[in-house]
Amino acid sequence: MGLPPSSSPTGLRRAASQSSSDNKVTVHFVNRDGEKITAKGSPGDSLLDLVINEDLDFDGFGACEGTLACSTCHLVFSEEVYEKLGPVTDEEMDMLDLAYGLTDTSRLGCQVCLTRALEGMEARVPESVADIRQTQDITMGMTMK
Amino acid sequence: YDWRRNVMKAELGLLITRSASSAAHQKVCVVGGGPAGFYTAQHLLKACQDVQVDIYERLPVPFGLVRFGVAPDHPEVKNVISTFTQTAHHARCCYYGNVNVGTDVSVEELREAYHAVVLSYGAEGNRSMGVPGEDLEGVYPAKDFVGWYNGLPSNRELNPGLDCETAVILGQGNVALDVARILLSPIDELKKTDITQRSLDALAQSQVRRVLIVGRRGPLQIAGTIKELREMVNLPDTKPEMVASEFEGMAEALKVIPRPRKRLTELMLKTAVDPPAEKERQRRQAASRSWGLRFLRSPLEVLAGPDGARVAGIRLAVNRLEGTGDGSVAVPTGEVETMDCGLVITSIGYKSLPIDPAVPFDPRKAIVPNSLGRVQQAAGLYCSGWLKTGPVGVIATTMNNSFDTAHSVVEDLTSGCLDATSAKPGSTGIGPLLDKRGVKPVSFSDWEKINQEERRRGAAQGKPREKLLDVEEMLKTART
Repeated sequence: MGLPPSSSPTGLRRAASQSSSDNKVTVHFVNRDGEKITAKGSPGDSLLDLVINEDLDFDGFGACEGTLACSTCHLVFSEEVYEKLGPVTDEEMDMLDLAYGLTDTSRLGCQVCLTRALEGMEARVPESVADIRQTQDITMGMTMK
Repeated sequence: YDWRRNVMKAELGLLITRSASSAAHQKVCVVGGGPAGFYTAQHLLKACQDVQVDIYERLPVPFGLVRFGVAPDHPEVKNVISTFTQTAHHARCCYYGNVNVGTDVSVEELREAYHAVVLSYGAEGNRSMGVPGEDLEGVYPAKDFVGWYNGLPSNRELNPGLDCETAVILGQGNVALDVARILLSPIDELKKTDITQRSLDALAQSQVRRVLIVGRRGPLQIAGTIKELREMVNLPDTKPEMVASEFEGMAEALKVIPRPRKRLTELMLKTAVDPPAEKERQRRQAASRSWGLRFLRSPLEVLAGPDGARVAGIRLAVNRLEGTGDGSVAVPTGEVETMDCGLVITSIGYKSLPIDPAVPFDPRKAIVPNSLGRVQQAAGLYCSGWLKTGPVGVIATTMNNSFDTAHSVVEDLTSGCLDATSAKPGSTGIGPLLDKRGVKPVSFSDWEKINQEERRRGAAQGKPREKLLDVEEMLKTART
């Protein structure tokens, strides 16, 4: 936590009240109904942590509890934000490949960690089924894991 | 520490719980305590504040394929159990294990007692190859083999013969890859998992050193996914044994396919065709076990050895592909081939079975005919999970499928087409029937005693749990 350059007594107080919000990163989620839901998390928290800590109500999100064993924390970002999210491991990519509605700017929320540079970012929760009516030929006709 | 206050609090809590559930006017029953059943219940409870959901499960223990299908070395996939446990603990949810719908109570009786009945009992049967020799010793459906190492009571006595060098698996989905991996995994890895001790001991004595995973079509059609394939590529003390010519033309095809299929194919190509880096070359040279994919082969006959009773090989038709991509079809060329092997595992699909003559069933597709989860020509009857769509998909697929059915139930409960305003007895109607028939349901807290006992036994062996293999033993533990 860095103090701002002017650390006069007033500056210090300002810093103290700012630092509690400086410590948080604001994320705007767009849910499946198109609603915008804003939440704040701490740097280092994953987006899944944020969804859980703030009790955000996305159906079925994070089924495997962040262990890279499912694709239910799939989130979609703008190109600009996606570039700032850092590299994707093969392990994440392998599970992301199973996500419905995969895009070039998709990530798994459990693998994306908040940094200050992501302040104000938007993350869209994509539909998890085709037209809410489940079809059998999703992706590659997977069998039970 | 005033223990009396705690007793009072507990009793009050119970009173509140009981009155919450008896106050719930809409009664829904779910048949099957696996992921489909639990996800359906979860969604119903969230969407309707006035619904009581009762889950009936044939075995004493819940969780279906999450317990009996997911591989022991994939414990994170089983994390969904905490969500299911939360659902079971919900004030308006009740679990009844050890109740066999179809024999202990009929679907008709459930429909009389509940406003809606959701069938989520999955797929307990096997698709068969339909070829001569399928009944020889040493031929097992993958579902049974998986059930054996995962402690499914009815597969307890499978005792698969593992005293041969080569195993052939028909099918190239994730179940086939799981079976291959369990057959070839170092014992030191397996012994830290919840694989049953019995199967661990058998695998420790196994002489299987080579596993061929055979599919009807080509590399671009395999149903398995990249995580499972990568686990084979990285499996310690094993080397891949592929036929490079089976991959001709793949590099071209790669250019036009979606990323998931592309990455999977790239991994196969790299493993099958690319000369390995020095370190990998040495690793392969030192490996004592091997695995390979074989394509464009369909089973024609399982061949017996000299004793006439035990498998010694399999005759295969050589295919060619007509069409491309997912829609391509395998067509026999007339050529035939034989593979020597002492173990054949058929991983060509699970299959749902009809459990009650009163329920419509499509024998061709082996599903309950439905539209959006509503069973056709049966108001108040629904289905979710594999019974609804066929045995395809991972847990998340089933989750969405179940939410979808729950959505249909909620729509019908609120639209008035289910006559949800007239009172139904729910479990107070079924309980006396079961009692009269000598059926004693296992509650969720009874399951928690079984759970504790399994974990206790497992801890002694450095395993997360040692599963009870026997229904009688489960019941005995539940009643302590």
